[in-house]
Amino acid sequence: MAVKTLIEGVREALDEEMARDERVWVLGEDVGKKGGVFLATEGLYARYGEARVLDTPLAESAIVGVAVGSALNGLVPVAEIQFADFIHPAFDQIVSEAARVRYRSNGTWACPLVIRAPFGGGVHGGLYHSQSVEAFYAHVPGLKVVIPSTPEDAKGLLKSAVRDPDPVMFFEHKKTYRLIKGEIPEGEYLTPIGPAVVRREGSKLTCVAWGLMTHYCLEAAESVAGEGISAEVIDLRTLQPLDRETILRSVEKTARAMVVYEDNLTGGFGAEIAAVIAGEGFEHLDAPVTRVAGPDVPAMPFNRAQEEAFMPSPAKIADAMRKLATY
Amino acid sequence: MEITRDRAVWIYERMALIRVFEERVAQLFADGRIAGFVHLYAGEEAVAVGICTHLNDGDFITSTHRGHGHCIAKGVDPGEMMAELFGRLGGSCKGKGGSMHIADVSKGMLGANGIVGGGPPLAAGAALTAKVQGSGAVAVCFFGDGAAEQGTTHEAMNLAAIWKLPVVFVCENNQFAESTPVSYHCAATSIADRAASYNIPGVTVDGYDVVAVYEAAGEAIARARRGDGPSLLEAKTWRYFGHFEGDQITYRTAEQSAAYREHDPLTTFARQAQDRELLQKEDVDRIDADVKKKVEDAIEFAEASPQPAPEDALTDVYVAYR
Repeated sequence: MAVKTLIEGVREALDEEMARDERVWVLGEDVGKKGGVFLATEGLYARYGEARVLDTPLAESAIVGVAVGSALNGLVPVAEIQFADFIHPAFDQIVSEAARVRYRSNGTWACPLVIRAPFGGGVHGGLYHSQSVEAFYAHVPGLKVVIPSTPEDAKGLLKSAVRDPDPVMFFEHKKTYRLIKGEIPEGEYLTPIGPAVVRREGSKLTCVAWGLMTHYCLEAAESVAGEGISAEVIDLRTLQPLDRETILRSVEKTARAMVVYEDNLTGGFGAEIAAVIAGEGFEHLDAPVTRVAGPDVPAMPFNRAQEEAFMPSPAKIADAMRKLATY
Repeated sequence: MEITRDRAVWIYERMALIRVFEERVAQLFADGRIAGFVHLYAGEEAVAVGICTHLNDGDFITSTHRGHGHCIAKGVDPGEMMAELFGRLGGSCKGKGGSMHIADVSKGMLGANGIVGGGPPLAAGAALTAKVQGSGAVAVCFFGDGAAEQGTTHEAMNLAAIWKLPVVFVCENNQFAESTPVSYHCAATSIADRAASYNIPGVTVDGYDVVAVYEAAGEAIARARRGDGPSLLEAKTWRYFGHFEGDQITYRTAEQSAAYREHDPLTTFARQAQDRELLQKEDVDRIDADVKKKVEDAIEFAEASPQPAPEDALTDVYVAYR
């Protein structure tokens, strides 16, 4: 197997799905000739032409709305929002339209739509290029929310997302694009939407994460391993629908749980996981569920030290693991 | 609208200050001394300066992701701007914002903005305040050709028209929304033509000619101050640098940029002003030297400015009640 970057996984998934199914098309700002600002769609315009790889005007609401409309009658759009921070003008089209199509049509219409967006901080993007938005959409029934953390999953999950009959929000942590490398299997494969995966087995505590934070948790787990703290790390991969079973099975084993996410602490998706563990795994717990998350400030600050103060880091996670293990 | 000598000095000085500031920022970024996403305004100086010549501290502007030129033209201190780019405590936003978020309300600069199309409704709102308070102030909304396609821009223009708000919408048409050409992303031949659908004046000017911008802006701003409502001004322009620093610029040619540089707004104005005996060669040389020093002073100020404390990231979220 070849070692590739996460963004290569994204690109291969799009390429293979477009080759497989001529209904699949890509749209977004600068996705065509330029291949996207992160080059996720590089080469697609040359291969599939402007009928299937469409540059759009700078209008996120229309990008998503047009994608929803085209999904309703026979095409399979993959819309790119250039940065997750820019997705908000499209919120109405996603929440009021895409998410409700199946429900309001008595299950007769589907909306096979994928919306991809790079999210997350740690790249000095400042207030408008660093945001985590997954909690907004994980709150909305009718949407699926997927966040890969490895190149293999980026490809396998995105291929599944394209084939999914319902709208999938596919968030890619921009810092993982070229930082995270890994093997991508040769040949055709799909990674199913839904199941979480245990990235590291452990017995003392359970650590739940997604995206970049999965890697930070693995680093933290490694750093506390020598201290006798055996941390199990779960990579959620899909936030909605949530794989409660994998989480609860782990908590049953470890009796201690923490959730790590980069979004603001309050109302972040970690709150939902904490509630699931408290509500359905209470009798297994020896300690309160811990959350390590971004602080409740309106945006990621630009200053480097402040950005570091905002972001959960392997060191901060390791500290939380120590506290939780000795509770 | 005659340009006096004092005004000519101001116009040239502001344009030169923007140019040098941006060229130095490009170097600092290349040297790794400034991080993050930086969008440079060099080449577009005549637009910000031609417009802001008519404004004072009581007037408002909203800006874009390419905001350094608007800040300088509106009187924001270059030292505070540079410190903000360095992420320092002495920056306009105490280092929290960086390049794309410089704001200085004391100068009526309501903020650069990382959201394309974020500014137009804000400008309409600031104009509404001016109208309600009868302050005589106007608001100017700078936006790019990319933002021309955002719904917020249309919403703001329509609303400003029906309420006759004292606002001027200034489209800086640098012909590319990031990498996408305006000929592709815009259905209209001219963005200014859209003014007709809001029943407001719309004119297109050469954004490389500061005198042309100045004259068109004078009419639009006077109209707004009179209470006759908004206007749309489209300035055709070109940015010398890429969309952002690091951009490979695959979507336009070096020849195109060279052709624009032949009509450089600074050298053009310096020549016009000397022809009209508004400036002497010595003035131009002195200003060129002055602005270089100003920018070096700004860099010195930025570098001497302390780093904010990490925990300051948690401040300024809500007001503190006592």
